[in-house]
Amino acid sequence: MNIFVCVKQVPDTETKITPTSDGSFIETASIKWIMNPYDEFAVEQALLIKTSNPAANVTVVRVGSVKDTEALRTAMAMGADDAALVEAGDSLDSYSIAKALKGAIEKTGKKPDIILAGKQAIDDDALQVPQILAQMLNLPSVSVIVGFELNGTTVKVKREVEGGALEVYEVNTPVVLACNKGLNTPRYASLPGIMKAKKKPMAQYSLADVGVSDADRRVKYSQFKLPPEKPAGKKFDATDAAKQKEVVAQVVSLLRTEAKVI
Amino acid sequence: MANVLVFTELHDGHVKPVTLEILGKLAGQSADVAVIGDIAADQVAELAKHGAQNVHKIKGANLDKYSPEGYANALADFIKSKSYDYVFGGATSVGKDLLPRLATKFDAGLASDVTNFTMDGGTFAGTRPFFSGKCLAKVEITGPKPHFISIRPNALGMTPNPTAGAGAAADAAGNAGEIRAMIKEIVKAASTKTDLTEANIIVTGGRAMKNAENFAILNTMADVLGATVGASRAAVDSGFAPHAMQVGQTGKTVAPSLYIACGVSGAIQHLAGMRTSKVIVAINTDPDAPIFTKADYGIVGDLFTIVPIMTEEFKKLLGK
Repeated sequence: MNIFVCVKQVPDTETKITPTSDGSFIETASIKWIMNPYDEFAVEQALLIKTSNPAANVTVVRVGSVKDTEALRTAMAMGADDAALVEAGDSLDSYSIAKALKGAIEKTGKKPDIILAGKQAIDDDALQVPQILAQMLNLPSVSVIVGFELNGTTVKVKREVEGGALEVYEVNTPVVLACNKGLNTPRYASLPGIMKAKKKPMAQYSLADVGVSDADRRVKYSQFKLPPEKPAGKKFDATDAAKQKEVVAQVVSLLRTEAKVI
Repeated sequence: MANVLVFTELHDGHVKPVTLEILGKLAGQSADVAVIGDIAADQVAELAKHGAQNVHKIKGANLDKYSPEGYANALADFIKSKSYDYVFGGATSVGKDLLPRLATKFDAGLASDVTNFTMDGGTFAGTRPFFSGKCLAKVEITGPKPHFISIRPNALGMTPNPTAGAGAAADAAGNAGEIRAMIKEIVKAASTKTDLTEANIIVTGGRAMKNAENFAILNTMADVLGATVGASRAAVDSGFAPHAMQVGQTGKTVAPSLYIACGVSGAIQHLAGMRTSKVIVAINTDPDAPIFTKADYGIVGDLFTIVPIMTEEFKKLLGK
């Protein structure tokens, strides 16, 4: 069984974002890169499948800058068998990324049975790549999954929708699945795992190698800027028990008379 | 002027508010609406009031419930039979799942989770958040048409006096084609509240809630306000609330009219997910908590005493 996991490398969630002076993207020089948090659930699910199917091969695939290969090394340290990296800029659009992932998967010569990804990458938050990839490969897909069961070649997954309701899907492999938090608890890479990961094979391609060119861009992003700052609000001290009721009543009243939201 | 199709889902027979937000913003363009299945006359009237020229009801076998492939196949056939320049939809659970697949059937681009846009000269240009709203960027679409756009609920707001459209409703035959991923069962959520991403008012609890049981006081306040309850990542990771309730960079990005943060310190990744709320109230014992930098109304005090008092005040104000 061939399992592919698509991962992205994104700025740490604690990162302060600064747009470049020309607004073409953000300053990336001093960013700490991490594996996209949702992709950790995808890697973990692949490894759980491998635990019950030891013959399974787990390949992690990433499209992005090669300055740092943290995400792929982390995935291999967690237990993935090998990796493929397609070198690209950090602000590629979803269509180009999906096409590059497809190209990289095809380059391996392995026919995918299950392709896993995070439900979204927390940099562009586009929520597009897994579904585009599925359509490009003409495969079924289920996104935002929080439950997974594999019986032979049938996968039963739970997809979380608005309000926390769950849609239960049954689908045969090959399939593309986009993972959400709650699916599993990602393992930490062990020290021996980290050492081993250094020797695991990592294929590297250019965008041209995987058949992607500038003509594949469908969405253009520009004029990156910080959102407008809100003017300072009003702050009330309600630490004194005697004044609490008065202060709260005042705020509630302001929500109607001033803010007009109640 | 562009020819535009707006895809709408129905929730309990009602069109989603985001559809009306989109229609209002499309004033000056020719906008049709497509729905899978049937739609009641009063809902067609609502769509017409907000500018819908035609309402296409796409009907066919295996379209009674959502499936990414069935909906994408049926909509793609329908769109091909017309000449739309743009296809809009809400960035809802269905929209987020369906639209990337649908756009790719046309090898076309999708600008997702757009929060504002213009149609100058009939050409789309939008704004969308990056890094959960830590920054914004301009978004444009190139390549083959139609171009696809998903709009974040609550972001555009309703157009006050929309220009009405004809609202001519007609059936269209829909072909679901081959469906490999099919819903077998739906497990209803414990809560029937509006989803966080669509809620008008949100009451959120942070780490200071201490445990899951204490969320009861937030639920009581939320019931009075008709609000949805959310949680910070710290509260979710501590097991006080499920991930579906999480607001922030690894949870949901929200934009309600009123956001009440109770015992939320305001980590950068939380602020990213709620900063576009129209009015923010923060309750926290720490006067230096970062949440106060984003709050319109900050109350320094203990949430366990403030929240019940506030609930009583809301009751009085709302006559409940």
